[in-house]
Amino acid sequence: MIEPDVLVVGGGPAGMNAALAAANAGATVLLVDRFQNLGGQLVKQTHKFFGWAARGAGARGFELAQKWEGEIQNHPRIRTLLGFEVIGAYKDGIWLAADLEDFYKIKPKRVVIATGASERMITFENNDYPGVYGAGAVQTLMNVYGVLPGERYLIVGSGNVGVIVAYQLLQAQAKVEAIIDILPRLGGAYWVHAAKIQRAGVPILLKRTITGVYGEGHVERAETIGVDEKFQPIPGTERTFSVDVVLLAVGLMPLSELLFELGVREYYIPELGGFVPWHDETGRTSHPEIFVAGDVAGIEEATTAALQGRISGLQTALDLGYEVNKDEIDELKMLLTQFRRSSLSEKVCQGLERLHTKGV
Amino acid sequence: MIEVDGVPTFENLKTSMPTEERMRKKAVAMHECYQDIPCDPCVYSCPTKAITMETLVSTPRINHELCNGCGLCVAACPGIAIFLMELKEDRGLITLAYEFVPLPNPGEIVDGLDRYGRAVCEARVERVYSLPGIDKKTKTSLVRISVPPEKIMEVRFFRRRE
Ligand SMILES: Cc1cc2nc3c(=O)[nH]c(=O)nc-3n(C[C@H](O)[C@H](O)[C@H](O)COP(=O)(O)OP(=O)(O)OC[C@H]3O[C@@H](n4cnc5c(N)ncnc54)[C@H](O)[C@@H]3O)c2cc1C
Ligand code: SF4
Ligand code: SF4
Repeated sequence: MIEPDVLVVGGGPAGMNAALAAANAGATVLLVDRFQNLGGQLVKQTHKFFGWAARGAGARGFELAQKWEGEIQNHPRIRTLLGFEVIGAYKDGIWLAADLEDFYKIKPKRVVIATGASERMITFENNDYPGVYGAGAVQTLMNVYGVLPGERYLIVGSGNVGVIVAYQLLQAQAKVEAIIDILPRLGGAYWVHAAKIQRAGVPILLKRTITGVYGEGHVERAETIGVDEKFQPIPGTERTFSVDVVLLAVGLMPLSELLFELGVREYYIPELGGFVPWHDETGRTSHPEIFVAGDVAGIEEATTAALQGRISGLQTALDLGYEVNKDEIDELKMLLTQFRRSSLSEKVCQGLERLHTKGV
Repeated sequence: MIEVDGVPTFENLKTSMPTEERMRKKAVAMHECYQDIPCDPCVYSCPTKAITMETLVSTPRINHELCNGCGLCVAACPGIAIFLMELKEDRGLITLAYEFVPLPNPGEIVDGLDRYGRAVCEARVERVYSLPGIDKKTKTSLVRISVPPEKIMEVRFFRRRE
């Protein structure tokens, strides 16, 4: 049995920062990630990040991860358990982390859940064919293992994930035939990201959806069709793409199954990506010993995930009686508010407001 | 249209374009960043304080008179949204951040692409160099291409010929 002050589940930007903040305040921390490396989504991000120059913006995602990883590995109070998935939480406060051979029982005093998000899927004919990939899978293959799963790509979804993966594919010398989106305008991609792939020759075809993929047991071509304002297909607008990969970048949902098991209160808030655990400003859920931070608390981005992680980490240490400068928590909260003042965060802010009015 | 596909129109460009007179004097930075993204490395990268922003979420403003054409903001911008512009008698020079390998060679003839990736003219690679990004540790490659002078506001990328 491992008995840390704080168990952090997930080693992305939120989890790494929660672990560092709690440990710096004096708490002992166990940080578990099911992947072999720390960093979460960041290790796949080869592009430069937005945000404040003073807080790491302009650096590439994996560089940010490396910096925090270094601090964690040298920290005397943080123990990491990599390649282990936290698979269960029990009412008596015991958590279970396991790989295929081994498992650990953990009895923490506080828990920060920073499990990130999972990718959405959409339905079309043969969507289980080899050659249909989620964006995250292609990014992992390409940017972590250096393998390109195909040569010619059709990307579905024009959010930031779709356009960024398109750019990374071009960098890897793949051919991206097009990005399609059913919406009449960009599905959330920042204008500058969308502009840089279009000038490199990748068209963004709006009001278009995928109807199926076909080929001899794997994707050889994708069929698409234009849609009207009500998203109904318009006959005669069919277009075939000869591609070997269809890459889906159609959205993320908070990965909060672990919390279901404990009966933590969740609400369906579309603006935050689906079911999200109710939480206060410090990330505390309806279960007073469990916190959430990062995408699991509502789909946002790495800077906000890192800030939320810091706040939750400090709050867990404060709960346990370690000395924490409360001004630091306030300052982090203020930074979060500033960051969200962009019109691009409007949806997230509305979502959070709705979540907060729901009450515990 | 920028709200639809993110690609700026002439109306957008007008708000951040240096004057022709200024572009004839010396290289000058022009940004194409028109959305209030929470981002500010350009401001911090500029040694002459030519780039300002009211708050993190405002769009940048470049004072073309203060800009000395050093290119540091071009290398620092995560959106690849800043370019250097310079007008010579017979050609226009565009410097852009280039995140692809292999790098082109000076003297190489390439296709000049517009904002939708359409080849609109022949371009020539004039210079290939690199500048430090905002963290001072990593570098970003910059490529300077020359195009016919009337294409300087149209070309924003290039494609190497087979
Ligand atoms: C293509 C793409 C581009 C992006 N670009 C940007 C950008 O430019 N700027 C920006 O700010 N953000 C960007 N983001 C968003 C950003 O990466 C995420 O918002 C951020 O990583 C969320 O951090 P997180 O810590 O909440 O989750 P994650 O980074 O997803 O980390 C979660 C971790 O939890 C682990 N985990 C999950 N469940 C378990 C379990 N049961 N047991 C153990 N471990 C578990 C996972 O393995 C993972 O490592 C991008 C995202 C994508 C996909
Ligand atoms: S080119 Fe140099 S001086 Fe001009 S705005 Fe950019 S960083 Fe500043
Ligand atoms: S660094 Fe680039 S993307 Fe960021 S605000 Fe400045 S011009 Fe815009």
